[in-house]
Amino acid sequence: MTRNLIGLGALAIVFLVLVTLPLWLTQIYYVNVASQILFYAIFAFGVNLLLGYAGLVSLGHAGLFGIASYATAYLLAAGWGHPLSIIAALVVGMLSTAVFAALSLRTTGIGFIMITLALGEIIWGLAYRWISVTNGDNGINVHTRPMPFGLSLASPEAFYYLTFVVFVICTILVTIFVRSPFGAALRGTRDQPRRMTALGYHVWMIRFWACMFSGLLTCIAGILFVYYNQFISPQTLALTSSAEVVLMVISGGPATLLGPVVGSALVVIVKSVVSGYIARWNFLLGAIFVAIVILMPEGLVPGTVRLWNLGWRKTTRSRRQKGVLETGGPPA
Amino acid sequence: MTFWVLLAVNSITFGGLLFLLSAGFSLIFGLMRIPNLTHGSLFMLGAYVGATIIVSVLNTSIDFWLAAILAALTVAIFGALMERLLLRRLPGEPLAQVLVTLGISFMVADFCLMVWGGDPISVATPSSLAGFVRYGIAVFPLYRLAIIVIAAVVAIALWILLERTRLGAMIRAGVDDPDMARVVGIRVSQIFTIVFALGAALAGFAGIIGAPILSVYPGLDQDMLPLALVVVILGGTGSLLGSFVGSLIVGFLYNFGQALLPELAYFILFLPMVLVLVLRPQGLFGRQLP
Amino acid sequence: MSALTVSGLRKSFGGLHVTKNVDLNVEAGERRLIIGPNGAGKTTLFNQITGDLTPDSGSIRLFGRDITHLPARRRPHLGMARTYQIITLFARDTIIHNVMLALLGLSKSRWNPLIDMSRQPHLVEEARQAIESVGLGHIAERPLAQTSYGERRRVEIAMALAQKPKVLLLDEPFAGLSIDERRDVQKLLLTIPRDVTMVMIEHNMDVALDFADRITLLHFGEVIVEGTRSEVVADPRTREVYLGH
Repeated sequence: MTRNLIGLGALAIVFLVLVTLPLWLTQIYYVNVASQILFYAIFAFGVNLLLGYAGLVSLGHAGLFGIASYATAYLLAAGWGHPLSIIAALVVGMLSTAVFAALSLRTTGIGFIMITLALGEIIWGLAYRWISVTNGDNGINVHTRPMPFGLSLASPEAFYYLTFVVFVICTILVTIFVRSPFGAALRGTRDQPRRMTALGYHVWMIRFWACMFSGLLTCIAGILFVYYNQFISPQTLALTSSAEVVLMVISGGPATLLGPVVGSALVVIVKSVVSGYIARWNFLLGAIFVAIVILMPEGLVPGTVRLWNLGWRKTTRSRRQKGVLETGGPPA
Repeated sequence: MTFWVLLAVNSITFGGLLFLLSAGFSLIFGLMRIPNLTHGSLFMLGAYVGATIIVSVLNTSIDFWLAAILAALTVAIFGALMERLLLRRLPGEPLAQVLVTLGISFMVADFCLMVWGGDPISVATPSSLAGFVRYGIAVFPLYRLAIIVIAAVVAIALWILLERTRLGAMIRAGVDDPDMARVVGIRVSQIFTIVFALGAALAGFAGIIGAPILSVYPGLDQDMLPLALVVVILGGTGSLLGSFVGSLIVGFLYNFGQALLPELAYFILFLPMVLVLVLRPQGLFGRQLP
Repeated sequence: MSALTVSGLRKSFGGLHVTKNVDLNVEAGERRLIIGPNGAGKTTLFNQITGDLTPDSGSIRLFGRDITHLPARRRPHLGMARTYQIITLFARDTIIHNVMLALLGLSKSRWNPLIDMSRQPHLVEEARQAIESVGLGHIAERPLAQTSYGERRRVEIAMALAQKPKVLLLDEPFAGLSIDERRDVQKLLLTIPRDVTMVMIEHNMDVALDFADRITLLHFGEVIVEGTRSEVVADPRTREVYLGH
């Protein structure tokens, strides 16, 4: 009972901190960093749904993210107005996710990584070469932000609050999902797909709908991104971007709720803040990735808890037990 | 007409380069069951190292080949270290190993950027092969033909290694059934290191000998890795013949695609790969994907 | 009334004929034991009955309904449950979560992404009852990773029974168990009422023989002998299969 109270207390404090952020974090640069952390966290939620809860590692999700961004930018440039562009972008994104899922779910494990990588490359290639639509390397500019209820989102603080609201909604959705029977079924397909089939579950269909939810979160993040950045270019859909979001999930802790947020914070801070001091931040990112996969595969959130409880020597001993990444980490 | 012939020759040349890059990738995939996502970076590293060795000595002709071999050796050592120090810590965890190779590719790419900067480096064609060959009205750069010959020689050498030597037999056993291979006394973990180093050497070698055509620039790794992936998916993992055929197919698709339908070039390239993955996951020649 | 009828079942892998023209008829409520030396094709036969493998030819009928080409995931919905030789449960979850997953497998709720699974009192209650019925009620909240192999076997049976099957297939349920654990499982199996038809593969004769009404002896994918317990035990072909002369 006390543990629940402490957990709720911690949550309340975090919520208060985030809600009041623009008031105490006075430098605009850092407010923007906070916005990035939040919408990349939504992206990470989406990838985590597959990586952590379904046991499917996708290296092509930046493609879906980018499709939503490009769709929004393209339609805005075509004069469609914000509400229609956003809705249409979501529709296009979800349709693309359905195709993506139908092709990728032919295999699991390494096969899934490779198909998603290939599909991500195809989408990147289209963004780069289909110049008549995407403007190629020059990208597409987004000149205005929407005005929900007449409020302007032009300032970083206002945009931060929008992102925060969307982030809270997505967090609630993911939490509900994880605790639901469908969420439990999804984790079951990750751990024992054959047993699940023998129990009457439609494993492929469960994975497909998980992909769709993952795609929804990814597209929401993509739309927030394009309004934040006010520009979209092919670089956003590159393999490096897919790798970065996987890094966010792995480093924070797959199959946890807090993990994607921590991972997003880690990667965004290294890219935005640390990069101001260390020129070799890409190297650093790669090194952190390798270190976490080898030394703390269950991610920073569960790993820190474990270290705190058990002490350093036992870390290497328990690491030699059944491969953590193969089974997606500790219980959700 | 000449246009098509030249395009075809360029395709075969590119295919040859791809074969050098993908043969190692395919062997590593077949033996260790992982797509080595560092492979593009190894290609690029070999190109940079080779380019540096060439520039630092005056006489290019002999040194080009010496530089190529030294570059290949350097990358081989790097590959061996990578396998021994990092991948070996994750036995039986292919997903984790793939992610480690991904992380290392970030590190290598940034390292190259730090050491060699952001500007492309051009590498001169070795002077002994700088000429042209005439056939009727068609004119072929000698170097491109040389690459075709080199790729063929390496292909034969690899074939002899795999089919006629004891080491090759052990590698093939490891590819077919690693557990069984261990049971009959093959030191599979040593084979892993050897194959990884060999694959890295081939990639590095391909990088430097491809440099006169492709030059060396940041992002070369990101350009080459997906191509190796397509070759291996089309040709099958662990199959030398598959890499050979796959490389030629991709060489043609890439060059003809760029020439005829530049807007859809990537699509043309990857669509067969996706189709193969969806319809026949073991590729045209190889075994089931793990 | 026939619960399970297999007719003319054949299956080969390349040149290897694993199932050769197998006929099998199990009456409702019967306890059938399938025996045979290693490699006889017993588990392969099971896998075709459950739908994990597709036979090359022949048919499988469940209470008269042809299920030969029915996908494996549909068969539990028709009343077929199965346990595995090697126990593959959800080690990261508690016993009660494992059983709840089994219960949900047949329920429409398994698609529901909105309700909180732990707050479904009837689901939790039903799961508890299933766990009680196999004698593990005192450790229902324990993570599966902290249970013994014998306890896990009982959890697996609880999961199968929770789905209220009409036909229960047990693949070597006594494998890997200690003598005490075997006794517990044996007692448990004897308490299962006759509205569940049971077919068991087993090597361990002393525990299995008591269980069986009828026995089918399989060797190299073919049915060699079939009959009541005493008939099969007395048949000279049985000795030939096991002793080789």
